[in-house]
Amino acid sequence: MKTTLKFSIYLLAISTFLFSCKEEEPIEPKQVEAETEVSFIFKQKYNGSEVLTSDLATTQYTNEKGNIHTISKLQYLVSNITLHRTDGSEVDLGGYNFVDIDQPLTRFYTPSVRVPEGKYSGISMTFGFDEEDNRDGAYTDLNAVSWSWPMMIGGGYHFLKFEGMFQDNTGSMKGFAYHNGTASKMENGSRVHEANHFRVRLWDYNGGFEVKSGERLNIDIDMNIEEWFKNPVLWDLNQYHMMLMPNYTAQKIMNNNGKSVFALGTIAPEL
Amino acid sequence: MKGIKILGVFIGLALCLSSCRREGCTDELADNFDAKAKVDDGTCEYTSSSSGPTPLALNIPATFSRFLPPPSIPEDNPTTVEGVRLGKKLFFDKTLSNDLTQACANCHLPSQSFDDTNRFSVGIDGIAGTRNAMPIFNLAWNFNKNFFWDGRAQGLEEQALEPVTNPIEMHDTWSNVVAKLQADPTYPSMFRAAFGTSTIDSLLAVKAIAQYERTLISGNSRFDKYTQRLIPLTPSELSGYNLFMSESGADCFHCHGDITNPLWTDNLFHNNGLDASFTDNGLGDITGNPADNGKFKTPTLRNLAFTAPYMHDGRFQTLDEVIDHYSTGLKASPTVSPLLKKVSDGGVQLTPQEKADLKAFLLTLTDSSFVAGY
Repeated sequence: MKTTLKFSIYLLAISTFLFSCKEEEPIEPKQVEAETEVSFIFKQKYNGSEVLTSDLATTQYTNEKGNIHTISKLQYLVSNITLHRTDGSEVDLGGYNFVDIDQPLTRFYTPSVRVPEGKYSGISMTFGFDEEDNRDGAYTDLNAVSWSWPMMIGGGYHFLKFEGMFQDNTGSMKGFAYHNGTASKMENGSRVHEANHFRVRLWDYNGGFEVKSGERLNIDIDMNIEEWFKNPVLWDLNQYHMMLMPNYTAQKIMNNNGKSVFALGTIAPEL
Repeated sequence: MKGIKILGVFIGLALCLSSCRREGCTDELADNFDAKAKVDDGTCEYTSSSSGPTPLALNIPATFSRFLPPPSIPEDNPTTVEGVRLGKKLFFDKTLSNDLTQACANCHLPSQSFDDTNRFSVGIDGIAGTRNAMPIFNLAWNFNKNFFWDGRAQGLEEQALEPVTNPIEMHDTWSNVVAKLQADPTYPSMFRAAFGTSTIDSLLAVKAIAQYERTLISGNSRFDKYTQRLIPLTPSELSGYNLFMSESGADCFHCHGDITNPLWTDNLFHNNGLDASFTDNGLGDITGNPADNGKFKTPTLRNLAFTAPYMHDGRFQTLDEVIDHYSTGLKASPTVSPLLKKVSDGGVQLTPQEKADLKAFLLTLTDSSFVAGY
C-alpha cells in the first residue's frame, strides 16, 4: 500500500513536470477567406429602354418582325447563379429567383451564400431549372403563384411567362402567351419530354470585376426583351402566339433565342 | 286546508316556470356556460390565461402543408383562441348592422361555403348591391393580400371594416357599433380576454373577425383525397382535369391553379371576356389605370357546388353556363386576358363530352365537410 502510494505521487510529480515544461504550441489561425454579399438587380429593357410596371399593358413595342405589341405580364425564373473567378474556380450561389415585373421587389435578389473577395471574370446562371431542380411541386412559393408546368407536357415549372396583345395581320388585337418550359413532342405515338433550360454566360464586363470584403457588390443583369423575338430566329407573333407550351418547335426556338437575351449591366459597390 | 292546497299548487307552478326560464350564461363559448340556462342574464365570463391570449394554430390541410407556404398572418394580429371566439361571435351578430337585422353571416352563409345564394346581396335598407358576395375560406393564403372583387382592401382586417359602414349593406357607423358592443354585457370581457383591454374599438373588432375568418379553411375535397392518393377519380373527372390543365384544351390552370396550387386561384385580376364594354370597371376604378378596366379577382374553384351564382356580377346561375361562356361566349375588349384563346371565335369550343368532363372535375373540388362543419 505504502509502495503504491509512493509510486502514485512519483507519477503525478513527473507528469506535472512534463506538462509544465511543455511549451504551448501556437495555434495556427485558420485561414478564413474574406467574404461579402453580392446582390443581383434584374432589369428588363426593350431596345434599350427600361420596361417598368407602369408600362404594363399600355406601352407599345415593335419587334424585329414588325409586330406591334404590348406587354401585360413578364415573369421568369433563374437559378444556380455562379460567379467565375479569374483563376478558373467557381462560386456557386445556388438557389433561384422568380422575377415578376409587376412586383418590383422581385427584381432584387441577394443569395444567402456569401462571395469570397477577389477578381472575377464572369457570371453564369440557369434560365429556368435544370433537370435536377425542375421537380413537380417542390417549391411552395412558386406553387402559390401558379408557376407549375403541366405534368402532361413534362411537368416541373414554367421558366417564363411573357404575355401581351399584338396587332395581327388583319389589324385586330390578339393576345399572345409566350410561355417557356420543358419541351414536349409526340414520338411513335407517345409523348416525349425534353429538358429546355439553358445556361446563360455573361462575360462581357470590361475584363471582369472585383469583389471586396466589407462592400456589397450590386450586379445588374439586363433582360433585353426584344431578343426573344429576333436572335437567331425571327419570331412572328402571327405564326406563334398561342398554345405554345405543347409546341415543341416553338419551345426550342425560345430556348435558342433566350441565350442572347441577358447582358451584364452596371457592376458597382453599394454606396 | 283548501287554501293550503291551492298555495301548494301555485308554488309548484311557479317553481316549474322558474326552472323552465332558468337564467344564466347561455354562450357555449363562455367559461361559465350554464347548459341548463334558458335565458342569458349577461353574466358570461371570458378569461384568458395570465400570460395573455392563447395562441391558436390553424388546422392546415395536408395538401396545403405539402404545396403551399405557411398561411399569411399579420404580426400584429396573431390567431388566438380568444380572438377567434370573439370574431366568430361578431361574425354572426346582427349588432353590427344599424337596425340589428343583419350579421356578416347573412350574406356569407356557412351552408353556402360562406357565400350568398342571391345574385346581389340585399342590405338592411332593402337595397341590392352590384356584385355577388365572395365566399370566405382559405383567405390566410391570399399572399397578395388584396380583397374584394376589385382588390380595394389591402388585408383581411381592412376588408372587414367596410361592410359595417357601407350604406347598402349594414349601413351603420363604427362609433355606433362600438357603443353597442361596449354596452353589451359580454363583449367587454371577451375583448379583454382577446386583446387585453375591455375598451372596444373598430380596429380590435375587425382584428377579431379576421382571426375567425382565417380559421375558415377548406381542404378536404375528393380532389384533395386524390392528391393524397387516398381515392381514385373517375375517368370523366380525370379527363376533365386533363382538359383543365391543357393549354390546347380548356386551359383553366393559368388563373385557377392546379394540383400544386390547391387554392385553385392565383388571387390575381383578369378580364375573362364577359363584356365588350364595361358598366363596372372593377380593378380599373381602384388603380385608375384604364388597362385594368374590366379586371376582377380570380375566384377560387373550390366549393362551386355551393357558391352559385357565378362571376363578379352573379350573371351565371349554373356551372354549365360558366363553361359555355369559356367555350363560346367570350367577348373581345382592349383589356381581355391574353390567356383567353380564340376570343374571336367565342372561346375554346368544347364538345358536349368535354364540357361534361370539365364539370365533373370541377365538382371534385367540393368540400362538403367544410360546409357541414360550421
